[in-house]
Amino acid sequence: MPLYSAKVMDHFRNPRNVGSIENADGVGEVGNAVCGDIMKIYLKIDNDIITDVKFETFGCGSAIASSSMATEMIKGKPVSEVLQLTNKAVTEALDGLPAHKLHCSVLAEEAIKAAIEDYQSKHK
Amino acid sequence: MIYADNAATTQMSEKAIKAMLPYMEKIWGNPSSLYSFGQEAKDAMNFAREEIAHCLGAAAAEIYFTSGGSESDNQAIISAAKIGAKKNKRHIISTAFEHHAVLHTLDKLKREGFDIELLDVHENGIVTPEQIKNSIRADTALVTIMYANNEIGTIQPISEIGEICRAAKIIFHTDAVQAAGHLPIDVKAQNIDMLSISAHKFHGPKGIGALYARKGIQLVNIIEGGAQERGKRGGTENVPAIMGMSAALSDACANMAANNSKLLKLRQKLIGGLIKIPHSTLNGDADKRLPGNVSFCFEGIEGEALLLHLDDRGICASSGSACTSGSLDPSHVLLAIGRPHEIAHGSLRLTLCENNTEDEVEKIIAAVGEVVEYLRSISPLWKDKVIGKREFILPA
Repeated sequence: MPLYSAKVMDHFRNPRNVGSIENADGVGEVGNAVCGDIMKIYLKIDNDIITDVKFETFGCGSAIASSSMATEMIKGKPVSEVLQLTNKAVTEALDGLPAHKLHCSVLAEEAIKAAIEDYQSKHK
Repeated sequence: MIYADNAATTQMSEKAIKAMLPYMEKIWGNPSSLYSFGQEAKDAMNFAREEIAHCLGAAAAEIYFTSGGSESDNQAIISAAKIGAKKNKRHIISTAFEHHAVLHTLDKLKREGFDIELLDVHENGIVTPEQIKNSIRADTALVTIMYANNEIGTIQPISEIGEICRAAKIIFHTDAVQAAGHLPIDVKAQNIDMLSISAHKFHGPKGIGALYARKGIQLVNIIEGGAQERGKRGGTENVPAIMGMSAALSDACANMAANNSKLLKLRQKLIGGLIKIPHSTLNGDADKRLPGNVSFCFEGIEGEALLLHLDDRGICASSGSACTSGSLDPSHVLLAIGRPHEIAHGSLRLTLCENNTEDEVEKIIAAVGEVVEYLRSISPLWKDKVIGKREFILPA
Protein backbone atom coordinates (compact mmCIF):
# COMPACT_ATOMS: atom_id res chain seq x y z
CA MET A 1 0.00 0.00 0.00
CA PRO A 2 1.37 3.43 -0.83
CA LEU A 3 2.09 5.86 2.00
CA TYR A 4 -0.61 8.30 0.89
CA SER A 5 -4.12 8.01 -0.57
CA ALA A 6 -4.70 8.89 -4.21
CA LYS A 7 -6.42 12.08 -3.04
CA VAL A 8 -3.41 13.20 -1.00
CA MET A 9 -1.13 12.55 -3.95
CA ASP A 10 -3.47 14.42 -6.30
CA HIS A 11 -3.49 17.50 -4.04
CA PHE A 12 0.25 17.20 -3.50
CA ARG A 13 0.98 16.96 -7.23
CA ASN A 14 -1.59 19.54 -8.31
CA PRO A 15 -2.15 21.79 -5.34
CA ARG A 16 -5.25 24.03 -5.60
CA ASN A 17 -5.11 27.70 -4.66
CA VAL A 18 -1.36 27.86 -4.30
CA GLY A 19 0.16 31.35 -4.16
CA SER A 20 -0.50 34.57 -2.30
CA ILE A 21 -3.06 37.41 -2.34
CA GLU A 22 -1.93 41.03 -2.35
CA ASN A 23 -3.83 43.15 0.13
CA ALA A 24 -5.43 40.07 1.66
CA ASP A 25 -8.13 40.69 4.24
CA GLY A 26 -6.67 38.09 6.53
CA VAL A 27 -3.32 36.29 6.68
CA GLY A 28 -2.47 33.41 8.99
CA GLU A 29 0.85 31.64 9.44
CA VAL A 30 1.46 28.64 11.69
CA GLY A 31 4.22 26.11 12.28
CA ASN A 32 7.96 26.74 12.37
CA ALA A 33 11.07 25.98 10.41
CA VAL A 34 12.65 23.89 13.18
CA CYS A 35 9.77 21.39 13.05
CA GLY A 36 9.89 21.36 9.27
CA ASP A 37 6.49 22.78 8.39
CA ILE A 38 5.10 26.27 7.95
CA MET A 39 1.69 27.04 6.44
CA LYS A 40 0.54 30.47 5.36
CA ILE A 41 -3.05 31.20 4.36
CA TYR A 42 -4.27 34.35 2.58
CA LEU A 43 -8.00 35.20 2.59
CA LYS A 44 -10.11 37.61 0.57
CA ILE A 45 -13.36 38.16 2.44
CA ASP A 46 -16.40 39.99 1.12
CA ASN A 47 -19.61 40.30 3.14
CA ASP A 48 -18.35 37.65 5.51
CA ILE A 49 -17.87 35.21 2.60
CA ILE A 50 -14.46 33.77 1.69
CA THR A 51 -14.30 34.94 -1.90
CA ASP A 52 -10.70 33.89 -2.48
CA VAL A 53 -8.05 31.89 -0.67
CA LYS A 54 -4.42 31.07 -1.39
CA PHE A 55 -1.76 29.16 0.47
CA GLU A 56 2.00 28.74 0.69
CA THR A 57 3.51 25.75 2.48
CA PHE A 58 6.98 24.68 3.52
CA GLY A 59 6.58 21.05 4.45
CA CYS A 60 6.13 17.45 3.46
CA GLY A 61 3.70 15.92 0.99
CA SER A 62 0.83 15.68 3.45
CA ALA A 63 1.36 19.28 4.63
CA ILE A 64 1.05 20.54 1.05
CA ALA A 65 -1.96 18.30 0.35
CA SER A 66 -3.68 19.31 3.63
CA SER A 67 -3.30 23.01 2.83
CA SER A 68 -4.59 22.50 -0.69
CA MET A 69 -7.62 20.50 0.45
CA ALA A 70 -8.43 22.92 3.27
CA THR A 71 -8.44 25.91 0.90
CA GLU A 72 -10.84 24.09 -1.41
CA MET A 73 -13.13 23.32 1.48
CA ILE A 74 -13.49 26.93 2.60
CA LYS A 75 -13.66 28.79 -0.70
CA GLY A 76 -17.07 30.46 -1.12
CA LYS A 77 -18.12 29.63 2.44
CA PRO A 78 -19.27 32.09 5.11
CA VAL A 79 -16.74 32.88 7.86
CA SER A 80 -19.02 31.41 10.55
CA GLU A 81 -19.03 28.09 8.74
CA VAL A 82 -15.29 28.13 8.10
CA LEU A 83 -14.67 28.58 11.81
CA GLN A 84 -16.29 25.17 12.31
CA LEU A 85 -13.73 23.47 10.04
CA THR A 86 -11.87 20.70 11.85
CA ASN A 87 -8.66 18.87 11.05
CA LYS A 88 -10.76 15.71 11.09
CA ALA A 89 -12.87 17.00 8.21
CA VAL A 90 -9.71 17.85 6.23
CA THR A 91 -8.27 14.40 6.93
CA GLU A 92 -11.49 12.70 5.87
CA ALA A 93 -11.69 14.75 2.67
CA LEU A 94 -8.18 13.49 1.87
CA ASP A 95 -9.32 9.87 2.41
CA GLY A 96 -7.15 9.72 5.51
CA LEU A 97 -3.57 10.48 6.50
CA PRO A 98 -0.96 8.22 8.15
CA ALA A 99 -1.12 8.59 11.95
CA HIS A 100 2.21 10.41 12.20
CA LYS A 101 0.99 12.94 9.59
CA LEU A 102 -2.25 13.96 11.29
CA HIS A 103 -0.56 17.10 12.64
CA CYS A 104 -0.43 18.38 9.04
CA SER A 105 -4.22 18.60 8.95
CA VAL A 106 -4.14 20.29 12.38
CA LEU A 107 -1.79 22.91 10.94
CA ALA A 108 -4.19 23.52 8.04
CA GLU A 109 -7.08 24.08 10.45
CA GLU A 110 -4.95 26.36 12.62
CA ALA A 111 -3.64 28.37 9.67
CA ILE A 112 -7.15 29.08 8.43
CA LYS A 113 -8.34 30.05 11.90
CA ALA A 114 -5.31 32.31 12.33
CA ALA A 115 -6.13 34.03 9.03
CA ILE A 116 -9.75 34.59 10.10
CA GLU A 117 -8.61 35.95 13.48
CA ASP A 118 -6.34 38.34 11.62
CA TYR A 119 -9.29 39.44 9.49
CA GLN A 120 -11.57 39.82 12.52
CA SER A 121 -8.98 41.81 14.46
CA LYS A 122 -8.78 44.26 11.56
CA HIS A 123 -12.55 44.56 11.16
CA LYS A 124 -13.66 45.12 14.73
CA MET B 1 13.46 4.25 -13.28
CA ILE B 2 16.69 5.80 -12.05
CA TYR B 3 17.82 4.04 -8.90
CA ALA B 4 19.99 6.31 -6.75
CA ASP B 5 19.49 4.79 -3.31
CA ASN B 6 22.24 2.19 -3.20
CA ALA B 7 23.04 2.96 0.44
CA ALA B 8 19.53 1.70 1.27
CA THR B 9 19.91 -1.47 -0.72
CA THR B 10 21.37 -2.62 -4.03
CA GLN B 11 20.09 -4.63 -6.94
CA MET B 12 21.31 -8.21 -6.72
CA SER B 13 23.97 -9.04 -9.27
CA GLU B 14 23.39 -11.86 -11.71
CA LYS B 15 26.47 -13.56 -10.29
CA ALA B 16 24.96 -13.51 -6.81
CA ILE B 17 21.63 -14.86 -8.01
CA LYS B 18 23.33 -17.60 -10.02
CA ALA B 19 25.46 -18.56 -7.04
CA MET B 20 22.32 -19.01 -4.93
CA LEU B 21 20.12 -21.02 -7.27
CA PRO B 22 21.85 -24.42 -6.96
CA TYR B 23 21.42 -24.24 -3.18
CA MET B 24 17.68 -23.78 -3.55
CA GLU B 25 17.11 -26.17 -6.45
CA LYS B 26 19.53 -29.01 -5.83
CA ILE B 27 21.78 -28.83 -2.81
CA TRP B 28 19.16 -27.87 -0.26
CA GLY B 29 20.26 -30.13 2.56
CA ASN B 30 20.91 -28.96 6.10
CA PRO B 31 24.63 -28.29 6.57
CA SER B 32 24.40 -29.79 10.06
CA SER B 33 23.22 -33.16 8.73
CA LEU B 34 25.63 -36.04 8.78
CA TYR B 35 24.81 -37.56 5.39
CA SER B 36 26.73 -36.47 2.32
CA PHE B 37 23.78 -34.49 0.89
CA GLY B 38 23.94 -32.20 3.94
CA GLN B 39 27.73 -32.16 3.94
CA GLU B 40 27.68 -30.92 0.36
CA ALA B 41 25.87 -27.79 1.57
CA LYS B 42 28.34 -27.49 4.42
CA ASP B 43 31.31 -27.70 2.06
CA ALA B 44 29.82 -24.94 -0.08
CA MET B 45 29.21 -22.80 2.99
CA ASN B 46 32.78 -23.25 4.15
CA PHE B 47 34.04 -22.32 0.71
CA ALA B 48 31.96 -19.12 1.02
CA ARG B 49 33.46 -18.50 4.45
CA GLU B 50 36.96 -18.79 2.97
CA GLU B 51 36.09 -16.38 0.18
CA ILE B 52 34.60 -13.79 2.51
CA ALA B 53 37.54 -14.10 4.89
CA HIS B 54 39.90 -13.62 1.95
CA CYS B 55 38.10 -10.42 0.88
CA LEU B 56 38.50 -8.97 4.38
CA GLY B 57 42.00 -10.19 5.12
CA ALA B 58 40.70 -12.50 7.85
CA ALA B 59 40.90 -16.23 8.53
CA ALA B 60 37.85 -18.34 7.74
CA ALA B 61 37.49 -19.33 11.40
CA GLU B 62 37.04 -15.66 12.25
CA ILE B 63 33.91 -15.23 10.09
CA TYR B 64 30.46 -15.76 11.61
CA PHE B 65 27.34 -15.64 9.45
CA THR B 66 24.50 -13.49 10.79
CA SER B 67 21.21 -12.09 9.53
CA GLY B 68 22.86 -8.82 8.50
CA GLY B 69 24.60 -5.67 9.63
CA SER B 70 22.33 -4.95 12.58
CA GLU B 71 22.77 -8.36 14.14
CA SER B 72 26.53 -8.23 13.57
CA ASP B 73 26.73 -4.80 15.24
CA ASN B 74 24.62 -5.99 18.17
CA GLN B 75 26.68 -9.11 18.70
CA ALA B 76 30.02 -7.33 18.39
CA ILE B 77 29.15 -4.62 20.88
CA ILE B 78 27.41 -6.85 23.40
CA SER B 79 30.35 -9.28 23.26
CA ALA B 80 32.96 -6.58 23.79
CA ALA B 81 30.91 -5.13 26.65
CA LYS B 82 30.76 -8.50 28.35
CA ILE B 83 34.50 -9.04 27.93
CA GLY B 84 35.10 -5.57 29.37
CA ALA B 85 32.70 -5.99 32.29
CA LYS B 86 34.59 -9.11 33.41
CA LYS B 87 37.63 -6.88 33.91
CA ASN B 88 35.51 -4.09 35.37
CA LYS B 89 35.86 -2.01 32.21
CA ARG B 90 32.64 -0.25 31.31
CA HIS B 91 33.69 2.71 29.17
CA ILE B 92 32.81 2.59 25.46
CA ILE B 93 33.91 5.11 22.85
CA SER B 94 31.86 5.69 19.71
CA THR B 95 30.56 8.59 17.62
CA ALA B 96 27.32 10.55 17.57
CA PHE B 97 26.51 9.54 14.00
CA GLU B 98 26.71 5.76 14.09
CA HIS B 99 23.95 3.63 12.63
CA HIS B 100 21.05 2.99 15.02
CA ALA B 101 22.06 -0.67 15.24
CA VAL B 102 25.11 0.63 17.12
CA LEU B 103 23.57 3.61 18.92
CA HIS B 104 20.56 1.71 20.25
CA THR B 105 22.76 -1.15 21.45
CA LEU B 106 24.93 1.41 23.23
CA ASP B 107 21.78 2.95 24.76
CA LYS B 108 20.88 -0.45 26.13
CA LEU B 109 24.35 -0.84 27.66
CA LYS B 110 24.11 2.65 29.12
CA ARG B 111 20.96 1.60 30.98
CA GLU B 112 22.98 -1.36 32.29
CA GLY B 113 25.56 0.99 33.75
CA PHE B 114 28.09 1.36 30.94
CA ASP B 115 29.65 4.75 30.37
CA ILE B 116 29.07 5.62 26.71
CA GLU B 117 31.13 8.42 25.20
CA LEU B 118 29.96 9.62 21.77
CA LEU B 119 32.60 11.67 20.03
CA ASP B 120 31.89 14.74 17.94
CA VAL B 121 32.33 14.20 14.19
CA HIS B 122 32.79 17.88 13.22
CA GLU B 123 31.24 19.60 10.24
CA ASN B 124 33.15 17.40 7.81
CA GLY B 125 31.72 14.23 9.35
CA ILE B 126 35.05 12.69 10.35
CA VAL B 127 36.33 11.77 13.79
CA THR B 128 40.07 12.23 14.33
CA PRO B 129 42.52 9.65 15.70
CA GLU B 130 43.53 12.25 18.30
CA GLN B 131 39.99 12.30 19.66
CA ILE B 132 40.16 8.55 20.16
CA LYS B 133 43.59 8.77 21.77
CA ASN B 134 42.40 11.49 24.14
CA SER B 135 39.25 9.62 25.13
CA ILE B 136 40.84 6.30 25.98
CA ARG B 137 40.83 5.51 29.70
CA ALA B 138 42.07 2.65 31.83
CA ASP B 139 38.52 1.29 31.90
CA THR B 140 37.78 1.57 28.16
CA ALA B 141 36.28 -1.72 26.99
CA LEU B 142 35.55 -0.95 23.36
CA VAL B 143 35.98 1.56 20.58
CA THR B 144 33.27 1.22 17.90
CA ILE B 145 33.53 3.57 14.93
CA MET B 146 31.82 3.09 11.60
CA TYR B 147 34.03 2.61 8.53
CA ALA B 148 31.96 4.99 6.40
CA ASN B 149 28.77 6.82 7.28
CA ASN B 150 25.54 5.59 5.72
CA GLU B 151 24.00 9.00 5.14
CA ILE B 152 26.84 11.35 4.27
CA GLY B 153 29.36 8.74 3.16
CA THR B 154 32.32 10.12 5.10
CA ILE B 155 35.20 7.67 5.55
CA GLN B 156 36.72 7.43 9.02
CA PRO B 157 40.47 7.02 9.73
CA ILE B 158 40.05 3.33 10.50
CA SER B 159 43.71 2.26 10.17
CA GLU B 160 44.89 4.99 12.52
CA ILE B 161 42.18 4.21 15.05
CA GLY B 162 43.02 0.51 14.80
CA GLU B 163 46.65 1.22 15.55
CA ILE B 164 45.79 3.32 18.60
CA CYS B 165 43.38 0.69 19.96
CA ARG B 166 45.80 -2.18 19.38
CA ALA B 167 48.57 -0.30 21.19
CA ALA B 168 46.19 0.39 24.09
CA LYS B 169 44.92 -3.23 24.01
CA ILE B 170 41.33 -2.09 23.53
CA ILE B 171 38.86 -3.98 21.34
CA PHE B 172 38.12 -2.09 18.13
CA HIS B 173 34.91 -2.79 16.23
CA THR B 174 33.89 -1.12 12.99
CA ASP B 175 30.49 -1.15 11.33
CA ALA B 176 31.68 -1.60 7.74
CA VAL B 177 28.21 -2.11 6.26
CA GLN B 178 28.61 0.79 3.81
CA ALA B 179 32.29 0.11 3.14
CA ALA B 180 32.52 -3.62 2.44
CA GLY B 181 32.84 -4.24 -1.28
CA HIS B 182 33.35 -0.53 -1.89
CA LEU B 183 36.56 0.31 -0.02
CA PRO B 184 39.65 -1.83 0.57
CA ILE B 185 39.48 -3.65 3.92
CA ASP B 186 42.26 -5.64 5.57
CA VAL B 187 41.37 -6.43 9.16
CA LYS B 188 44.87 -7.63 9.99
CA ALA B 189 46.75 -4.68 8.52
CA GLN B 190 44.21 -2.24 9.94
CA ASN B 191 44.20 -3.79 13.43
CA ILE B 192 40.43 -4.31 13.38
CA ASP B 193 39.18 -6.74 16.04
CA MET B 194 35.56 -6.95 14.92
CA LEU B 195 33.81 -5.87 11.76
CA SER B 196 30.20 -6.00 10.52
CA ILE B 197 29.06 -6.42 6.93
CA SER B 198 25.71 -6.84 5.18
CA ALA B 199 25.35 -8.53 1.79
CA HIS B 200 22.57 -6.41 0.30
CA LYS B 201 24.78 -3.31 0.30
CA PHE B 202 27.09 -4.87 -2.30
CA HIS B 203 24.63 -6.51 -4.70
CA GLY B 204 24.08 -9.59 -2.55
CA PRO B 205 20.84 -10.85 -1.01
CA LYS B 206 19.01 -9.28 1.94
CA GLY B 207 18.84 -10.93 5.34
CA ILE B 208 22.44 -12.14 5.39
CA GLY B 209 25.57 -10.61 6.81
CA ALA B 210 28.73 -11.53 8.61
CA LEU B 211 30.63 -10.64 11.71
CA TYR B 212 34.40 -10.90 11.68
CA ALA B 213 35.76 -11.44 15.18
CA ARG B 214 39.52 -11.78 15.63
CA LYS B 215 40.67 -15.13 16.97
CA GLY B 216 40.61 -14.99 20.75
CA ILE B 217 37.61 -12.71 21.05
CA GLN B 218 34.91 -14.54 22.96
CA LEU B 219 31.56 -13.84 21.31
CA VAL B 220 28.31 -13.72 23.28
CA ASN B 221 25.27 -15.26 21.59
CA ILE B 222 22.46 -12.99 20.46
CA ILE B 223 20.57 -16.04 19.18
CA GLU B 224 20.73 -19.16 21.28
CA GLY B 225 20.20 -22.48 19.59
CA GLY B 226 22.17 -25.26 18.02
CA ALA B 227 25.89 -25.58 17.47
CA GLN B 228 25.90 -23.61 14.21
CA GLU B 229 28.62 -21.01 13.72
CA ARG B 230 30.78 -22.75 16.30
CA GLY B 231 28.01 -22.35 18.83
CA LYS B 232 27.96 -18.58 18.54
CA ARG B 233 24.83 -18.15 16.44
CA GLY B 234 21.99 -20.65 16.59
CA GLY B 235 19.71 -21.39 13.64
CA THR B 236 20.07 -23.40 10.46
CA GLU B 237 22.33 -21.46 8.14
CA ASN B 238 20.81 -19.69 5.15
CA VAL B 239 23.07 -21.47 2.69
CA PRO B 240 21.69 -19.89 -0.54
CA ALA B 241 22.06 -16.39 0.93
CA ILE B 242 25.56 -17.19 2.19
CA MET B 243 26.53 -18.34 -1.31
CA GLY B 244 25.03 -15.15 -2.77
CA MET B 245 26.88 -12.97 -0.29
CA SER B 246 30.18 -14.65 -1.01
CA ALA B 247 29.76 -14.34 -4.79
CA ALA B 248 28.72 -10.69 -4.48
CA LEU B 249 31.60 -9.74 -2.19
CA SER B 250 34.25 -11.47 -4.31
CA ASP B 251 32.85 -9.75 -7.37
CA ALA B 252 32.74 -6.35 -5.68
CA CYS B 253 36.30 -6.71 -4.39
CA ALA B 254 37.65 -7.95 -7.72
CA ASN B 255 36.12 -4.99 -9.55
CA MET B 256 36.57 -2.37 -6.84
CA ALA B 257 39.14 -0.24 -8.60
CA ALA B 258 37.25 -0.16 -11.90
CA ASN B 259 33.89 0.46 -10.20
CA ASN B 260 35.27 3.25 -8.07
CA SER B 261 36.99 5.08 -10.87
CA LYS B 262 33.68 5.08 -12.76
CA LEU B 263 31.73 6.06 -9.65
CA LEU B 264 34.05 8.92 -8.75
CA LYS B 265 33.39 10.53 -12.12
CA LEU B 266 29.63 10.16 -11.70
CA ARG B 267 29.74 11.44 -8.13
CA GLN B 268 31.78 14.51 -9.02
CA LYS B 269 29.48 15.28 -11.92
CA LEU B 270 26.44 15.00 -9.67
CA ILE B 271 27.97 17.14 -6.93
CA GLY B 272 29.09 19.69 -9.52
CA GLY B 273 25.56 19.90 -10.89
CA LEU B 274 23.74 20.14 -7.59
CA ILE B 275 26.09 22.66 -5.97
CA LYS B 276 24.95 25.14 -8.63
CA ILE B 277 21.55 25.28 -6.93
CA PRO B 278 21.71 28.45 -4.82
CA HIS B 279 21.64 28.10 -1.03
CA SER B 280 22.56 24.43 -1.08
CA THR B 281 25.40 22.57 0.58
CA LEU B 282 27.18 19.25 0.31
CA ASN B 283 27.04 17.28 3.56
CA GLY B 284 30.29 15.71 4.71
CA ASP B 285 33.87 15.95 3.55
CA ALA B 286 34.18 16.56 -0.20
CA ASP B 287 37.03 14.05 -0.69
CA LYS B 288 36.99 11.52 2.13
CA ARG B 289 33.61 10.07 1.18
CA LEU B 290 32.28 6.90 -0.39
CA PRO B 291 32.72 7.01 -4.17
CA GLY B 292 28.95 6.73 -4.72
CA ASN B 293 27.64 9.04 -1.99
CA VAL B 294 26.14 12.46 -2.63
CA SER B 295 24.34 14.15 0.27
CA PHE B 296 22.93 17.66 0.03
CA CYS B 297 20.79 20.11 1.95
CA PHE B 298 18.63 22.65 0.12
CA GLU B 299 17.44 25.63 2.10
CA GLY B 300 13.73 26.51 2.26
CA ILE B 301 12.27 23.13 1.31
CA GLU B 302 11.38 19.88 3.02
CA GLY B 303 12.95 16.58 1.99
CA GLU B 304 9.89 14.33 1.83
CA ALA B 305 8.13 16.60 -0.66
CA LEU B 306 11.33 16.57 -2.72
CA LEU B 307 11.46 12.75 -2.66
CA LEU B 308 7.82 12.40 -3.72
CA HIS B 309 8.31 14.69 -6.70
CA LEU B 310 11.52 12.86 -7.66
CA ASP B 311 9.59 9.58 -7.41
CA ASP B 312 7.05 11.03 -9.87
CA ARG B 313 9.99 11.62 -12.20
CA GLY B 314 11.16 8.03 -11.75
CA ILE B 315 14.06 8.81 -9.41
CA CYS B 316 14.57 6.77 -6.22
CA ALA B 317 16.43 8.68 -3.52
CA SER B 318 16.26 9.25 0.24
CA SER B 319 16.24 12.07 2.77
CA GLY B 320 17.05 12.68 6.41
CA SER B 321 14.06 14.92 7.01
CA ALA B 322 11.86 14.29 10.06
CA CYS B 323 8.98 13.29 7.80
CA THR B 324 11.04 10.49 6.30
CA SER B 325 12.71 9.45 9.56
CA GLY B 326 9.33 8.75 11.15
CA SER B 327 10.23 10.90 14.15
CA LEU B 328 9.93 14.58 15.01
CA ASP B 329 13.63 15.18 14.56
CA PRO B 330 15.56 15.12 11.34
CA SER B 331 18.46 12.71 10.87
CA HIS B 332 20.83 12.42 13.84
CA VAL B 333 23.68 12.31 11.32
CA LEU B 334 22.91 15.74 9.89
CA LEU B 335 22.42 17.16 13.38
CA ALA B 336 25.75 15.57 14.44
CA ILE B 337 27.62 17.51 11.72
CA GLY B 338 25.98 20.68 12.96
CA ARG B 339 23.25 21.25 10.42
CA PRO B 340 20.43 23.24 12.03
CA HIS B 341 17.04 21.47 12.12
CA GLU B 342 15.64 23.70 9.41
CA ILE B 343 18.46 22.84 7.00
CA ALA B 344 18.47 19.14 7.91
CA HIS B 345 14.78 18.93 6.94
CA GLY B 346 15.77 19.86 3.38
CA SER B 347 18.21 17.00 2.86
CA LEU B 348 18.62 14.65 -0.07
CA ARG B 349 20.80 11.56 -0.28
CA LEU B 350 21.67 10.14 -3.69
CA THR B 351 23.80 7.01 -3.62
CA LEU B 352 25.06 5.71 -6.93
CA CYS B 353 26.46 2.37 -8.01
CA GLU B 354 28.55 1.31 -10.98
CA ASN B 355 25.39 0.58 -12.98
CA ASN B 356 24.32 4.24 -13.01
CA THR B 357 25.16 6.27 -16.10
CA GLU B 358 26.18 9.83 -16.95
CA ASP B 359 22.84 10.26 -18.66
CA GLU B 360 21.06 9.32 -15.43
CA VAL B 361 23.19 11.76 -13.45
CA GLU B 362 22.26 14.53 -15.87
CA LYS B 363 18.58 13.66 -15.48
CA ILE B 364 18.91 13.70 -11.69
CA ILE B 365 20.60 17.11 -11.74
CA ALA B 366 17.86 18.55 -13.94
CA ALA B 367 15.03 17.00 -11.93
CA VAL B 368 16.39 18.06 -8.53
CA GLY B 369 16.91 21.60 -9.83
CA GLU B 370 13.33 21.80 -11.08
CA VAL B 371 11.74 20.32 -7.98
CA VAL B 372 13.77 22.46 -5.57
CA GLU B 373 12.84 25.56 -7.53
CA TYR B 374 9.16 24.59 -7.57
CA LEU B 375 9.02 23.75 -3.84
CA ARG B 376 10.76 27.02 -3.03
CA SER B 377 8.18 28.86 -5.13
CA ILE B 378 5.40 27.62 -2.84
CA SER B 379 7.41 27.89 0.41
CA PRO B 380 6.59 30.82 2.72
CA LEU B 381 9.91 30.21 4.45
CA TRP B 382 11.84 30.69 1.22
CA LYS B 383 9.81 33.78 0.34
CA ASP B 384 10.61 35.36 3.72
CA LYS B 385 14.29 34.78 3.07
CA VAL B 386 14.14 36.26 -0.41
CA ILE B 387 12.43 39.44 0.84
CA GLY B 388 14.84 39.69 3.76
CA LYS B 389 12.33 38.96 6.50
CA ARG B 390 14.39 35.95 7.56
CA GLU B 391 18.08 35.36 7.09
CA PHE B 392 19.55 32.79 4.74
CA ILE B 393 21.53 30.12 6.55
CA LEU B 394 23.39 28.65 3.58
CA PRO B 395 25.43 30.87 1.26
CA ALA B 396 24.05 31.59 -2.22
